[in-house]
Amino acid sequence: MSGGAILLSLQLALTVSVLLLAFSLPLAYWLAFTHWRGKFLLESLVALPLVLPPTVLGFYALIAMGPRGALGRFWQAIFGHPLAFTFAGLVIASLVYSLPFAVQPLVASFESLDRRLLDAAAVVGAGRVRTFIRIILPLAWPGVITALVLSFAHTLGEFGVVLMVGGNLPGITRTISIDIYDRAQALDYTGAHQTALLLLLVSFVILSIVYGINRRVWSPWPHR
Amino acid sequence: MAAPLDSPVLLVDIRRRFPAFELQLQHQFPAGFTVVFGSSGAGKSTLLDCVAGLLRPDSGKIELGIEVFFDTQRNISRPPQKRRIGYVFQSLALFPHLTVEENVGFGLHQQSESERRQKIVQALADFHIERLSKRKPAELSGGEKQRVALARSLVTQPKLLLLDEPLTGLDAGLRQSILRDLREWNSARRIPILYVTHNRDEVDAVGENLITLENGKLGRSGLPHVVLGAPQTVALAQAAGFENLLPARVLEHREMDGVMRVALDGGGELEIPLGAEQVGEQVIVAIRAGDILLATETPHGLSARNILQGVVESLEIRGMLVELKVRAGATFQIHVTPGAARSLQLATGKTVWLVVKTHSCHLVHQP
Repeated sequence: MSGGAILLSLQLALTVSVLLLAFSLPLAYWLAFTHWRGKFLLESLVALPLVLPPTVLGFYALIAMGPRGALGRFWQAIFGHPLAFTFAGLVIASLVYSLPFAVQPLVASFESLDRRLLDAAAVVGAGRVRTFIRIILPLAWPGVITALVLSFAHTLGEFGVVLMVGGNLPGITRTISIDIYDRAQALDYTGAHQTALLLLLVSFVILSIVYGINRRVWSPWPHR
Repeated sequence: MAAPLDSPVLLVDIRRRFPAFELQLQHQFPAGFTVVFGSSGAGKSTLLDCVAGLLRPDSGKIELGIEVFFDTQRNISRPPQKRRIGYVFQSLALFPHLTVEENVGFGLHQQSESERRQKIVQALADFHIERLSKRKPAELSGGEKQRVALARSLVTQPKLLLLDEPLTGLDAGLRQSILRDLREWNSARRIPILYVTHNRDEVDAVGENLITLENGKLGRSGLPHVVLGAPQTVALAQAAGFENLLPARVLEHREMDGVMRVALDGGGELEIPLGAEQVGEQVIVAIRAGDILLATETPHGLSARNILQGVVESLEIRGMLVELKVRAGATFQIHVTPGAARSLQLATGKTVWLVVKTHSCHLVHQP
């Protein structure tokens, strides 16, 4: 087993799930409550990583982050070093890759709220922020947990995107799944077994937590 | 003309289109209770949502005294937070994760802790729910929830109160006691209260003014017993509790007597108050089940003009009421007391005579 790879994967998954939650809360709020007719376009965009092969996603991410890509040039200008094949690059690509796993449970739980509760808050004078913090978030709590845990678990096990964007640099971009791949390629089946089994168990425990909290929350774009 | 500040009038003049329905209404609501009566789907809740600012009318204006809530011409649309309205929803919409006192105090967030405390205590006392302050909504009975919802809406001292069937499902005693608390609360403030219901019993309990909404339009307005005593449409007659809606055809006018005769589609004739309908025209006659008298022998020497012979088809005891179906040409629904049913020895198959006063028969229209 490779401790470094496991640690790196946990670090990546934690960073991504926390950043993603912060980013997904307003996005999911908007998706759940907007009356904009074109919102299906944004929904499709958010759901894209569910159907695209990770290599496609990783390929575009690599292009964008490369020295000639917009994101890469922007990063180079600010931080003075390239973005591709760094931990930060991995985080950015993973944010996109795990986006639906954070947004969809949030939207689902926001949409399942009784709208009259929000009306009731508005009528007694509560603004959007107060209503969001005091009413929506506490009542949508299972959805928030689900979003956090699923995006953590999904990032933990990613392979294709990491391979494309991060390569295989020990301690920087070599995550668990890359490590397993490496060992299997080198015919180190015992090492691959141990790491794979660990990942399997961790994923199972995480999913058990999610479905234990609330099994209704996770379903792609419900309530239509 | 500005309304006096101490008892502002709510002026509503709005239009809101939906794919299958249009709300169009112009009315002034004075201080005190106004019952908004109509069958479900008539636009009652839509009206309240527009007044509260939760739904935007397509055009028109909404003003409370000198305050303009909404005016398309002046491009004004105040958000619900800025209208100072109390609104008790049909579902009550209590916050399930907050205690009773947190629910009641939710709208007081801009006030100091001590002021907030004091107002919550007062509101809980006004509606007799002090002992429930630490409970969650799931631990309350129906009547208790309704009291909490009222307290939450009134603690912010609204300038207007909207009640959407707030007392539905309560027994008469509990309803009276909550209404008493509400009247007490409003006696010092005199704000307009719009009380939506489709329940006849609640109308009688609330009293005061009444308007009817039918298919998104203002029907009639006036005192409840006047408006609902003589409904003009089938929908309103149903809602107002007219159990018998009998299709008929006009036979002849007797202008001298102020009456006309109609032939019921099921058979039999009735004398009813004179209407504008021509001879031969189809009409619907509405009669309350409680307005029909029953006799077991041929009645004579009565002032009532309509006496029909029939046979009891079915008889059902519902609490303090016996519901009969009597076939006398058309089939009539009749309500009598259990005592009357016993002393007349009413039973299925028995021959009876129905006695109906001319003025118990109301002409209604199919809109």
